[in-house]
Amino acid sequence: MAIVNSLIKKFDKDDFALIENNSDVECIKVSKEKFLEIIVYLREDKEMYFDYLTCISGVDNQEDGTFGVVYRLYSIPFDRHLDIIVEVNKTEKNELTEAISSISKYYRSANWMEREVYDMYGIPFEGHPDLRRILMPSDWIGYPLRKDYSTSEKYHGITIDFESEA
Amino acid sequence: MNNTKNHIGKKPKIQYQFDDSHLNKSEPSRYDPSLLKREEMLINIGPQHPSTHGVLRLETLLNGEYIVDVVPHIGYLHRCFEKHAESLPYNQIIPYVDRMDYVSAMNSEHAYAMAVEKMLGISSQIPKRVEYIRVLVAELNRIASHFVAIGTYAVDIGAVSPLLWMMRDREHILRMLEWICGARMLYNYIWVGGLYYDLPIGFEEKCIEFINYLKPKLSEVDRLLIENKIFVERTANVGILNRDLAINYAASGPVLRGSGLRFDLRKVDAYSVYPELEFDVPIGKGEMGTTGDCWDRTWVRAQECKESLKIVEQCLNRLQNDYKRSKDFDPREFCPKKIRPKEQEIYFRAENPRGELGFYIKSDGKSDIPLRCKARSACFVNLSILPEISRGSLLADLIAIVGSIDIVLGEVDR
Repeated sequence: MAIVNSLIKKFDKDDFALIENNSDVECIKVSKEKFLEIIVYLREDKEMYFDYLTCISGVDNQEDGTFGVVYRLYSIPFDRHLDIIVEVNKTEKNELTEAISSISKYYRSANWMEREVYDMYGIPFEGHPDLRRILMPSDWIGYPLRKDYSTSEKYHGITIDFESEA
Repeated sequence: MNNTKNHIGKKPKIQYQFDDSHLNKSEPSRYDPSLLKREEMLINIGPQHPSTHGVLRLETLLNGEYIVDVVPHIGYLHRCFEKHAESLPYNQIIPYVDRMDYVSAMNSEHAYAMAVEKMLGISSQIPKRVEYIRVLVAELNRIASHFVAIGTYAVDIGAVSPLLWMMRDREHILRMLEWICGARMLYNYIWVGGLYYDLPIGFEEKCIEFINYLKPKLSEVDRLLIENKIFVERTANVGILNRDLAINYAASGPVLRGSGLRFDLRKVDAYSVYPELEFDVPIGKGEMGTTGDCWDRTWVRAQECKESLKIVEQCLNRLQNDYKRSKDFDPREFCPKKIRPKEQEIYFRAENPRGELGFYIKSDGKSDIPLRCKARSACFVNLSILPEISRGSLLADLIAIVGSIDIVLGEVDR
């Protein structure tokens, strides 16, 4: 709770919400607008010192109609973790969602991790230096890890659906 | 060709017809050759080139012999691990986890099994013998994995004999692991809640024999390769990654330790039975050049082999004395028949030979399949450092730098 308490002192209470997700790590949900400010505070502040961005993963929250992006921060000197969730509204199939601020300026590891989320979920990151697809081909249609994703039938003339081959 | 029929009387289908635009559309280059300055040159390395350790394409912008920028293009070995994992029960994901990092599958399995056990809350129930066997096989696999890393790195640099030596000794490890579970590289041995089988009878004795054989071989490697003058000249002061940059790039494993930070998850998170085992964490000190250069990273790997050997020895000692083989020991006793964790999100990380392998798993509490299973791969993150540390160095050094990061493209692309 130490982290959340000092966040309450620093920021408005409406900017973030504590999430209970049965894990042993504190988890907060942050609004898109305040996200960058909070990240910078968590990184720069001497008592927070979250210097290691471990992992960014996108999540498709089916019922809520949102996509979540989960940032796992780690502080090497204090040995503690923090999960930060940012949510964006779902859009039509194969369409990009609203943008989230890129944090690759502060954590350079975010560069490729954000590209991966963009590739798999179609969530653009504002201010990213080089936002391209990373694992899928550049001309791939759709965002594969969305739950409503359906495989396209052909790619460069190659039939993908192997059942129709017979 | 179109009109001829094949032997079953069907017209053969043309599966794919090459078109020049396909390549450009699917993976376009970052730099436009027509916009380059006069002295600049664009060179494409890979995706099929032995020194890229798999299918990695490096688009290299050169100024004479010097590197201006490197753009790695990855994804050629993307096998949709995360998408597959969203349609499979937890225990059936393990073979897919094997295929991510196929050089050290045991370590990946161990991490995944521990992650799911943590979700189920059965971590404390796992018998000690099971845990010791897990650590034993994982450390054996770590040695084998480092042998591949060091051996292929030597070939990148231009020395062929170390590879043959390392492969010879690695083969012994693979044979032993094959004896345990029947597969050389993709084991499916560590299950959620237990193991596939107990160790075969006589394994401990053979393993001790192997350790006694391997110990002098490791110091041979030091003399043959690591301290070799040619090797040192080729790798010292090349591809320097300082500590702050390494942390900022979230580097892990030997890449981070080579930069001089004593950070090993086996010590930091103290998972499994590692707190009961004694071993050191070697870090790069810049003995031959600057801290964080290619030589430091390789030296750390060579030292870790020795530390792993210590762990293997201790595990065998415990398995022969404290947690002996007995008739009523069933390694599958605590394997749950049905894996249905409660609604939660967890992130579990473990130290792989290449760095931090993490699993972010989200379950909804209603089904046997995960809602989301993300693998945070160490190679993927470590590879993103490549442009930063290779700028300004020679083209020949780029190969040395790529090799020193020790990537497995199966894990980069997943």
